[in-house]
Amino acid sequence: MRVAVVKVFLALLLVLGVGGTVITGQTAHAQTSAAASPSQTDRLAGLEKQTADNTIAIATAQTAGDNGWMLVSAALVLMMSGPGLALFYGGLVRKKNVLGTMMQTFAMMALVTVLWALVSYSLAFGQGNAFIGGFHNAFLQGVGLAPDPAYAATIPLQTFMVYQLMFAIITPALITGAFAERMKFSSMLVFMTLWSLFIYSPMAHMVWGKGGLLNAAQGGRIPCLDFAGGTVVHVTSGVSALVTAIFLGKRLGFPKEPMPPHSVVLSFIGACLLWVGWFGFNAGSALSAGTLATSAFVATHFGAAAAAIGWMAAEWIRQGKASALGAISGAVAGLVAITPAAGFVTPLSALWIGLAAGIFCYLMVVKVKSWFGYDDSLDAFGVHGAGGTLGAILTGIFANSTINPIFGAGKATGLLEGNWHQLVNQIGGVAIAWTISIVGTLIILFVVDKTMGLRVSEDEERDGLDLSQHGEEGYDWAH
Amino acid sequence: MQKIEAVIQPSKLDAVKDALVEIGVDGMTILEARGHGRQKGHTEVYRGREYSVDLLPKVKLEIVVTDEMVDGAVNAIISAARTGTIGDGKIFISKIDEAIRIRNDERGEIAL
Repeated sequence: MRVAVVKVFLALLLVLGVGGTVITGQTAHAQTSAAASPSQTDRLAGLEKQTADNTIAIATAQTAGDNGWMLVSAALVLMMSGPGLALFYGGLVRKKNVLGTMMQTFAMMALVTVLWALVSYSLAFGQGNAFIGGFHNAFLQGVGLAPDPAYAATIPLQTFMVYQLMFAIITPALITGAFAERMKFSSMLVFMTLWSLFIYSPMAHMVWGKGGLLNAAQGGRIPCLDFAGGTVVHVTSGVSALVTAIFLGKRLGFPKEPMPPHSVVLSFIGACLLWVGWFGFNAGSALSAGTLATSAFVATHFGAAAAAIGWMAAEWIRQGKASALGAISGAVAGLVAITPAAGFVTPLSALWIGLAAGIFCYLMVVKVKSWFGYDDSLDAFGVHGAGGTLGAILTGIFANSTINPIFGAGKATGLLEGNWHQLVNQIGGVAIAWTISIVGTLIILFVVDKTMGLRVSEDEERDGLDLSQHGEEGYDWAH
Repeated sequence: MQKIEAVIQPSKLDAVKDALVEIGVDGMTILEARGHGRQKGHTEVYRGREYSVDLLPKVKLEIVVTDEMVDGAVNAIISAARTGTIGDGKIFISKIDEAIRIRNDERGEIAL
């Protein structure tokens, strides 16, 4: 019995072995005939085509990733203006001015967009001299879907254009906090048009534009580090805000009449939207979705948090209580100060910058403002001007080549790495931004005041901007 | 007929309302009010700027009842609204000449 089983087993093995040999032989034969037919040149051509296809596929995938993040970032930055800033400022005024205040920010979303398409994009980012761009891209000529490697090699130039537009919108909107509750809507539109053209566009060109005087990424004469707009956005708007507040004078009844915020709740929601939107503002300024965006994102968040703690702590020590308005003001101050530094500094440096900004801006708003007695109604200077200046200078101290080797791999970037020159450049950049803002804003204010008048009449101011400028009311108590 | 006007803490409104309904007061009018008696106000601070708020939010409740119900209503309000601290409010009582129901022109106590 056992012998029979062994015989059958052996027979099976034999069949399998022969069958296997036949099949393998056939396969081998087929392979030989296939390899013999194409010439070596054809194979090479095939490989080259494959490599080329792969390169295109990789570039397409990178563009898809980068462009996806940049479009989201652009939307986030627009959200900072409306509803973020509109709510933040709207809550801080008296209720008779809530719509007028929100409308000032919203009007920028419309006005600056149209200007951007016509000429101001070209003046900011078009080819020009060291101070301002030219008219080559007026009416958005040549701003198509192909990338411009001078700005961002992996996203359509139109994405870059629309992303930068969102910055151009929020910057003048920030100024509105200084002249809240007393400027004519018509004059404000003219003032902002001129301000966008003659202050924002040149400043953006100098820091970020091709051949700009302060452009660190493209070899400007005075390379100033400004990752997301510490000087371009916050110093210009904050300093112009101070000039405007002083030029316009105080609100009727200031400081005798009480003018407390009519709804800190609105401001609270606005500030939280600003915080989230700021990820688009700062991490988006990497102009790609890579590791640089991550470090900017992280620094942004850490800066905001530390500044909220700094302001709260200062308030708690001096006044005995930590207020909600103080906490959110601190967070905004931290976001302002980290704006030029994000993308250059480590998370721990971001904590220090934020903490310093929270305490510094608190003192500016609470102490310095009352020493001088100007009516910067919603503290546009105390938060944006002061925070932006501090942040720009601290960037020169904390900038780190491992986070962003902007001057070449391993080359010292900030003061802590031994490049004290950078601190000098940062102060130079800030000084230029201050000068342009003071001189330019004064001229514009003077011209608009002489031609159409800046302030509403006393009666209109008492009635509030909602009724006198827009013919409506934010809150209808009767229905 | 007498009118009872009571200025009370807003947080005590529900308790007072329930107490009045329990003793049979059918209608009432509630006004959101601001004011102060001896309580004075408090100080609020916004970005370092101090504001003294001396008119505090209160609720003013108005009811008109028959003469017999006045004492019961007053007691109900006092027991429901009292916390024992300054700021509990005040009650004012005055005579009412006439009450008219708009729907059907009923007059006097029947209109209450």
